[in-house]
Amino acid sequence: MFETAVFYAFAAILLVAGACVVTARNPVHAAMFLVLAFFTASGIWLLLRAEFLAIALLLVYVGAVMVLFLFVVMMLDINIERLREGFWKNLPLAVVVGGIMMAEMAAVLAGRYFGVAPRPLARAADYSNTKELGRLIYTDYAYAFEIAAAILLVAIVAAIALTLRGRKDSRRQDPAAQVRVRRSERVRLVSMPADKE
Amino acid sequence: MTTPLPDFALALPEIVLLAGACALLIFDLFARGERREGSVRFAGLVLLATAAATLFVLLGTGGALAYTFNGLYVADVMALLLKLGATLAVALALAYSRRYLHDRGLLKGELLALLLFALLGMMVMMSANSLLTLYLGLELLSLCLYSLVALNRDSPVSTEAAMKYFVLGALASGLLLYGMSMIYGATGTLTITEVARQVANLQANSAQHGFLVFGVVFLIAGLAFKLGVVPFHMWIPDVYQGAPTAVTLVIGTAPKLAAFAMAVRLLVNGLLDLAADWQQMLVILSVLSMAIGNITAIAQTNVKRMLAYSTIAHMGFMLLGLLSGVVGGNWLNAAEAYAAAMFYTVVYVLMSLGAFGMLVHLSGKGFECERLEDLKGLNRRSPWQAFIMLLLMFSLAGVPPTAGFYAKLSVLSATVAAGQIWLAVVAVLLSLVGAFYYLRVVKLMYFDDPAETAPALEGERDARVLLSANGLALLVIGIVPQPLMGLCFVAIKSL
Repeated sequence: MFETAVFYAFAAILLVAGACVVTARNPVHAAMFLVLAFFTASGIWLLLRAEFLAIALLLVYVGAVMVLFLFVVMMLDINIERLREGFWKNLPLAVVVGGIMMAEMAAVLAGRYFGVAPRPLARAADYSNTKELGRLIYTDYAYAFEIAAAILLVAIVAAIALTLRGRKDSRRQDPAAQVRVRRSERVRLVSMPADKE
Repeated sequence: MTTPLPDFALALPEIVLLAGACALLIFDLFARGERREGSVRFAGLVLLATAAATLFVLLGTGGALAYTFNGLYVADVMALLLKLGATLAVALALAYSRRYLHDRGLLKGELLALLLFALLGMMVMMSANSLLTLYLGLELLSLCLYSLVALNRDSPVSTEAAMKYFVLGALASGLLLYGMSMIYGATGTLTITEVARQVANLQANSAQHGFLVFGVVFLIAGLAFKLGVVPFHMWIPDVYQGAPTAVTLVIGTAPKLAAFAMAVRLLVNGLLDLAADWQQMLVILSVLSMAIGNITAIAQTNVKRMLAYSTIAHMGFMLLGLLSGVVGGNWLNAAEAYAAAMFYTVVYVLMSLGAFGMLVHLSGKGFECERLEDLKGLNRRSPWQAFIMLLLMFSLAGVPPTAGFYAKLSVLSATVAAGQIWLAVVAVLLSLVGAFYYLRVVKLMYFDDPAETAPALEGERDARVLLSANGLALLVIGIVPQPLMGLCFVAIKSL
């Protein structure tokens, strides 16, 4: 009973937040509503006993991706009026697409073949799916996990190799050159006549 | 709860290579000098250690089939031999292109590291016994290749080629993944040996069978893209031409071995019971590739582009071997056919190494040897190099007594043994068409005058010696093919 109440509360917040993301006038506000939506979604996942996914969603999306998003939104000079142009013109198409998606979801969720189990199987109170996931990743799938790590490393190396350029106009120190410098390169003795004009 | 430790020793080549590649990244930070002598030598050492580790595993298991990492990894003779081949191919590619890369400011630690990681990806594919590891290996390889193509950042052509390669490659990965998901849906497992067991138990007309065939279509499409056969060949000419020749040298060689391994793992190891279904698809791919590859190559004026179309044709020819394994439900012919396909792939990699290696070798500082005119009168400029190029072209065309001839012969005899006479006839006719453009190169080298503006040849001696060995090896394999063919047999038997 209590769980149902919490679910409906979270679901209501999630829907309102989702609607606000697309209607908010200020892009920063929209991003903040998206954070709220993620946060509530992770609450719902907790209710579904997927605590690892819930925490990962918070850490990865709220903690990293959305912060990056906010930075980008703040850095870019977005012309809100330009973005809102054609809202009414595109609305019918959006309604049609949204309607089709809703119908498909309904077919999947209510259909005979894809009917989802209403509740996950009951587990012991101390059952931890984080632990189970960790056990699988580090035992059965350790090899695949290592390769995935190598792929990430390659992504880092490639991204840096492809984009990092030493800019010609950037000023930076070269300590080795600073240490090697000789007096004659820095100080020039000029003999000048000592009289005053 | 404790789980038994996996047998790490079987994966020694991969472990050595991964550790070496990571060490190279750190080592290169402290390397001095423009030529990166230290880093190149370090990369060479890593490759040597990898080859040694592979040999060690080969001798240690004695060629017995062994699985580890919970069935994600398989070590059999085919995987180990192909790993040795790929390591050799990458090492040769590096040796050929060292000066070329240095002249263009591309010889950086990142390039070497990406090369090693690409090799790691190939090895993972060769030893994959799960759709998961197969896919991860493929992505590791592809990511390295995309960035290698783009590494020449100031060249718009290279960037465009990398972009095309990346977008089409992502699409192909999507197709492949979709096919894999279908196969998972029908069999409920990702392990390839388990897939094979499930498929064998399926009823012929059950719903799952339809599901499987649907998945196989997508699987073949993804595979065809990686092999570069028509109609999934569009990226090959652009990428081969756009990439720096040294990178083309890498893309056109060792990854073909990995693609062959992937085809064998998926189709032969996993879905042999569906052979009747996938063999038909391969027939279409093969005939189209040989036709479009050979005929379009005639119209090319750029050697790299010409060799790209020749790759398409050769891969189509190789598929002939893969599709003649199972005849009417029995696979008596299988070992011969698959061994012939493997022999063909290995020989093709050797020829391709030589041909692109020669182009790299003939390119100088600020001069790209990539148009057909650039090869004019090579005989007068350097008779020995012209002779090696002649050997390579003869082998690509399939002129006896070179290895290319024997490779074509063995694939054709497998095709005839499978009763596909018309396919063999078509293949021979299209190879004749192909001979035209290979022999045109020979004609240009021997009977035309060199262009007056041709720059002096400046290749280093090491590379020249290796190239000569590469060319002569094709002659030797052509005259004495039995040892290599025997190895291929052992490899296929070990599956």
